[in-house]
This record gives sequence, structure tokens and C-alpha cells, in this order.
Amino acid sequence: MFIHRLRPLTRLSVQVAPLAQRWQTTAAHVEPPPAGGHLSSVATSKLLRTTRDAALRAPALSWTDDNDSAPVQKVVGGRETRKMNMYQAVRDALSIALVKDDTAVVFGEDVAFGGVFRCTMGLVEEFGRERVFNTPLTEQGIAGFGIGLASMGHTAIAEIQFADYIYPAFDQIVNEAAKYRYRAGGQFSIGGLTIRTPTMAVGHGGLYHSQSPEGFFMGAAGMKIVIPRSPLQCKGLLLASIRDPNPVLFMEPKILYRSAVEQVPIDDYTLPLSRAEILIPGTDLTLLSWGTPLYHCETALSMLHSPPVSLEPLLPPSFRSARIELIDLRTILPWDVEAVVESVNRTRRLVIVHEAGITGGVGGEIAAEVQTRAFLKLDAPVKRIAGWDVPAALQFEKFNMPDAIRILDGIIETLSY
Amino acid sequence: MNFHPLRSLRVLTTVQSGSRAHSTLAPKFPVKHLGVLPTSQSPVVSKLQFFNSVTGESRQIPTYRVLDGVGIPIEGAEVPEITEEFARRLYENMQLLPTMDNILYNVQRQGRISFYMTAYGEEATIIGSVAALASDDEVLGTNNLAKNNSRPDIPKGQYREMGVLLWRGFGIDAVMAQCFGNHEDKSGKGRQMPMHFGSPEHHFHTISSPLATQIPQAAGVGYALKRDPARRNKNVACVFFGEGAASEGDFHAGMLLASTIPSPTIFLARNNGFAISTPAHEQYHGDGIAARGPGYGVDTIRVDGNDVLAVMNAVKEARRRCLDSGRAVLVEALTYRVGHHSTSDDSFAYRGRQKVDNWKKIDNPITRFRLYMESKGWWDESEEGELKSRLKKEVMSSLKRAENLKRSDLGDLFTDVYGGEEPWNLREQREELARLVDKYGEVWEPWRSELKRFRDEGKKLAD
Repeated sequence: MFIHRLRPLTRLSVQVAPLAQRWQTTAAHVEPPPAGGHLSSVATSKLLRTTRDAALRAPALSWTDDNDSAPVQKVVGGRETRKMNMYQAVRDALSIALVKDDTAVVFGEDVAFGGVFRCTMGLVEEFGRERVFNTPLTEQGIAGFGIGLASMGHTAIAEIQFADYIYPAFDQIVNEAAKYRYRAGGQFSIGGLTIRTPTMAVGHGGLYHSQSPEGFFMGAAGMKIVIPRSPLQCKGLLLASIRDPNPVLFMEPKILYRSAVEQVPIDDYTLPLSRAEILIPGTDLTLLSWGTPLYHCETALSMLHSPPVSLEPLLPPSFRSARIELIDLRTILPWDVEAVVESVNRTRRLVIVHEAGITGGVGGEIAAEVQTRAFLKLDAPVKRIAGWDVPAALQFEKFNMPDAIRILDGIIETLSY
Repeated sequence: MNFHPLRSLRVLTTVQSGSRAHSTLAPKFPVKHLGVLPTSQSPVVSKLQFFNSVTGESRQIPTYRVLDGVGIPIEGAEVPEITEEFARRLYENMQLLPTMDNILYNVQRQGRISFYMTAYGEEATIIGSVAALASDDEVLGTNNLAKNNSRPDIPKGQYREMGVLLWRGFGIDAVMAQCFGNHEDKSGKGRQMPMHFGSPEHHFHTISSPLATQIPQAAGVGYALKRDPARRNKNVACVFFGEGAASEGDFHAGMLLASTIPSPTIFLARNNGFAISTPAHEQYHGDGIAARGPGYGVDTIRVDGNDVLAVMNAVKEARRRCLDSGRAVLVEALTYRVGHHSTSDDSFAYRGRQKVDNWKKIDNPITRFRLYMESKGWWDESEEGELKSRLKKEVMSSLKRAENLKRSDLGDLFTDVYGGEEPWNLREQREELARLVDKYGEVWEPWRSELKRFRDEGKKLAD
């Protein structure tokens, strides 16, 4: 069906570790490949937690200990962290899920050899073919198979190779997975189902290796949609998604697989779903995003505060001291309306950034809800900075994706309204 | 399906020459070959020859049968050893279906339930199948419709395996509760259209309308059974679907998955000749559904779906193979949809009344088995009369009871969407409806009369 899908990957996966060097979670110290990839701003991002102490103090992190009678602990003393990139964090989360839950299985196209993004490296060797296996190339089959497994109370962790290829499974996800509990009067549920899929632009993905389809699933009541921004976030949110009593669509920004590196706690922990996180507090404008564009937001803020010489004439000096609040939404459905509205009530301005096209995008939903709840507080129209309403054209990506300059412009426009 | 009304019942028992001739011979290939390619076991040959296993010169897959049209074992057939008691159970359950169908069909016609689908003509397929399964084998039902539906008022599909649940002791009251959507409806709290049953207790996954979606799900269920130490080698998953549903991509996915990722799953196709108005010959050009099985490397059988003993034998053997190999098995049951597709359908718009009547009379699965039972001295005319009136009485009294029960609480519109904490949007929307009901519930007529039908009359909507 998608015969050419692997082509861009050969370019993505520059560093192919030989079999003998495949690392295991049990290995004490294994360095991830160097940061890089295609989003250079990530390498220097302050949003990443690069020390053990910072990692262990990530907000709302809950330790999940082996002892079921005391599932959550707040103690951080004695906890260890390891430097991981995002694909390693995914792999670490999957390994923990498989160790702790005998019913858990991981499956999808090409997951057995380690996955085209290396997220399942070594899992077959560690857990066997019965628990980590390839499926035939059929997305509707993968989703349906996962629903069947989960309906028996098992934990099904399915992978759709690219979010661009999730549409053949749309019927299974929207008509079946989302409605499974409701239509059965609560007698059956498929809470054990998690569908992981790489999402968002990657620099050269073209129409079918770049998409952000989260908006299409926003009306699928019964589903949860989660998008992490970093390795630490990815592990905690993925473990929370796997254990959530609802089917979850977990979308991993693929450009971050290798380029985002931070300290990640090696123990089992979760981060809460449906909770946004304030990354940078501020008082003058709320900047809301999720996934990859958060790093463009960070760059835009840095340019706002200390613009490069070339941009200086275009930036009113008075805005340089503007205090912008940056929020990571993290869960798209059901989203954290309380945190967003609370922020907008303080800042009186909202800019939403996402890669998917504007029309029908998640930004429209958020903008509508915010204007309902903060109508009297808003000093400017809610601004949406997003992909244009066009397919993700290959050679035009830099003019299609919402990059730092577009975000910077949006901030200035909104501040000066 | 060619049918000649003038032929006697007995004629149906003879092997016809031509299209339905029995043959298990594989097509001829040259004995001598020139080795194989590295990725295949296929012999290399020098002769240019196209191959088509199911049409053209090749022979069709035979149909397995035990009893002929008048309930007499056909030559060479092995009649399963069943006790009189078991035979009576089969017969009663087969008779219960048209009893329910007659009554509920009319109830729908009177507007007392919104929708219904009969199982006329498919009683033997359904009861014969479930009788061959273990009571805790997981069953999934799906539809037998196609989507070439020009009338938007016709729902996209239902299912006809109510008999599976009745056989397993679901009870007539539970059927009625679901059809009326009253507060006793455990299947779905009145959320789904009639005939969408489900019961974990009876190992029956809740029916949904989208066609064929349960087919790949069944492969996942089969795999879960295989991974469960308590059920491994003991249970199979069994998914029912019509020949129309088999045209969906999910059929392909499901067959592929259960054979490639070995999962003990029985795929049970009910080929009743129609998907709404579409005759089977517009549904496929090959030899039915059975011919597709071998393409997936799946053990396959075609069975006379109007012969309850043949269906039982076939499914029993399918189940054994399924457990032995841990892989998929395909059973195609040939039958005929005697009733309309659903209560939203008038099937005489696309097929002759006479033809349907002929089927009812000449090849009726219930009559066929009754004649067999009579030949064994297990049944007679007076018992027939007693059974029919008893079943009718039971169904009628259950119906009257169900009809007078209230629906569940109005708040159940909002529950079960998510497990765990109720999301803010649902909480706010529930409270918004509570406000509206409070404000307009007594004065807005469409709501006023409707509210009385709910157990809480809408008063428990707000926290």
C-alpha cells in the first residue's frame, strides 16, 4: 500500500547501531546517539531537563513502585536518571510496561527488528516473539486486532508506522475503539489499548510523512489523544496512557526521536493525562502549543527578548520585555481547559500554535472555548498560527510549518492589537 | 443460486452435474518442473498457463451436507451422534427464532420498537454453529449487508446471531430489554438500536453496526485466548458475518492477521445470497467466500447452512482444527435470507415473491430437521403444536413486561463515554442539559412526554 514509505527513513536513521550494540534497559550506562536530527534548536533548549535534579523534580511526576499497595510515592532521594533521547524513552516505557504486565504486547509493522524509528529496539530479544511481533501491513487490521486483545482485558500497544497512515484505521478507532465502552453499557471496555504513532513534520517528509492528524480525532468522544514534547514527558505520558482505563492515541513528534535528549528517571513513573504544563510563566500573553512547535515557540521568545540584528528594525523595542507564558497542552482530548483559561484570564491574550492546517484544527476548538469563557478578559482576538490549509508539500515545508518567525510575528501582532 | 421450483424435495438431495459437482482435485500442473525460486516453494515451469481456482475450467468448492431436503441422511454422510434431549434442544432453539421474529417483526410494524431484523431461513446455521462451540468460546457478531444502499433511512446493518445468545441462556427477557431499550438492558443501557446485544457473561461481544469491524477484532480476541494460560488450547474466538461484509477490507485484514499471527479464530460466513438488495453475484466474481480461505493459507469448508447437523459437524471440526493449529479456520454456510433484510426493507422490490415462498416451503431448515426427528420417533405433530404455543406465550408475556418498563436514568446519556474521571466537557454538558430540562421539561411538549419514560424522569442529571 505504501511502498515508498521507508525512503525518507533511510535518511532519518543516520545512526544504525549494529545488532551487537543494541542496548537493554537493564544496561547501566548507555549513551544515546548525539543530539542533532533536523531541529537544531532542540539541542540547546532550556525546556529539556539536562540534570538529574531537574529531571527528578519534573512537575506532577508520580513514582509507580512495584508494591501495588503503595502505588504512588513522592520521594525522590535515591532515584536515578539516565540521558535518553525520545526513542529510547519510548523503548524504556514499553520495556517497563512489558515487565510489569504479563498481558502487555507490542505489535505493528516492522516493530520486531526494532522499529523504523528504533523505538522497539531489543524488545523481541528481551520479551520474545509472542509479546513483540510484526503484523501484516494493514492499519485497519492492527487497530482491530488491538481492540480485540484489549476487549479481553489485555494490554495492547499497537504502532501505526506514521500518523499519515492512520486513516485506514479511522473506522476502527472512531466507530469501534472510541464507542466500545459506551455502546456496551460499560460491560465491555478496551482501556488497555494504546496506539502509538509518529507524527508532525520532519524536514523532508512531504505529504505522507509529515501530518498532524490529531484534529480529526478530536470529536471521537471516548478516545484520549496525547502528544509529548520530550523524552521525560514521553516516558511518563506513555506509561500513563498505557495504564489509562481508556483507549489512547499517543502521537510522538518524530523529529524529536533523536534530537531531543534529556535526563529521564529510570524508575517507573507517570505524568498525568489531561493536564497542561506551564513551561515559562508570564503575564502579558499566553502562548499555547504541543509537540515540536514548542521549540519554535521557545526560539521565538528568545528572538523577542534579544532579537538578532537583522530583525531589530522590525521589532518594537517596547515588546522586548514582554512576559510571555508558554504552555504545553500535552493532552489534546480531553484537554485541560482550566489551565488554559486560567492563564488567559491573567494574560488577556492567547496565541495557539500547531502544525496541522488551521481549518478544522485543534486551535479552532480551543479558541472557541476560550472566547466563551474569557470573553470580557480578552484584549485581542485569539490568534492561530498553524500550517496553511494545504497538504504538506515537500519543497515548501519552511513556508508551510509555523516556525519561529511566524510565531514571533503572531506574538507582536497580538501584543500590538 | 439457481433454484427450480418444480423440482421435488428429493431432487435437492441428488448431486447435480456441472457447477456444484463434488471435487477436491487440485488443478493440473506439470509433474516435471525446473526447480523453485529462492523465496518460494512454487515450481518453475516452461508452459504459459494462467490459473483460476474458482471459475472457468476449474471446479468449485463442494458443499458439505448430512441430511437431504426431507431429513434423510445422504449417502456416505456421517450423522453426528446426538441424544434425543440434545436434538430437542436444537429444535426448540431453532423454533424460538421465528417465534421471536414473527412477534417482534409485527411489534416493529406497529411502531412499538424502532427496528428489527429477522433470521428467517438461517436458523440452522446459527443454532448449528453455536451448538458446536464451547459455551465459553468468545463470539463476535457482525452484519451481512453491503453499503450500496440508496435509501438513507435504512440503517447500515445489524446482525442475526441472537440465536447464539438464546442458546447460551441469555433469556428472552434480556432480548426484549435490549429491543425496547428499557432499564433492564444490560447490553447497552438503551443506547444502541434493537438487535445490538452483548453479554460478557455469555462470552458474546457487543454487536455494532459498522460492517466487518469485528473480523480483525476476532483475531485479537483469539490471540488473547491463546496468551491466557487458563484458556489456551481450550477456547476459540468465533466471528459471524455475512457474505456482504466479507467484501469489506476488514475481512481481508482479519483473515490475514489470524493466519499470520496464529490465533485460534473461526471465521463463520453466512452466505444467504443477499446483502440488502445486492445479490451475491454482484458481491463477488469468485467461488463464494470459501474460495478465499486457501489464499490466506486457512483451512476452509463450505457447508449446507440449512442442514443443522452438517453445520454442527463442520463447526465442531473447524473448532478442533483451530485449537490444534492455533490458527484461523473458515466456514462458509450457504443459506438463503427468507425474510426482508430488515424492517426498513421491502425485499420484493428486488426479488420475486414466488421465489422466496419456494425457499420457505421447499428448503426450510426447521422442517428438514423436524422430519429427521420424526424419523427417529423423537417428535410428532402434537408436540409441535405444544412447542409453538408455549414459545409464543413466553415471548408474548416477556414482550408485554418489557414494554412497560421505564428506560434507565436520563443521565446514562453521559456515562460510560470514558472510564475513570468524567471529563470537564461531559460534566458541563450534563449540567447544561439538567438546566434545560429543569427550565423546559414541563412546558416543551416533545420533552415532557419523553421524560416520563425515564426512570428518574431526568431529575438526577445534575450532581
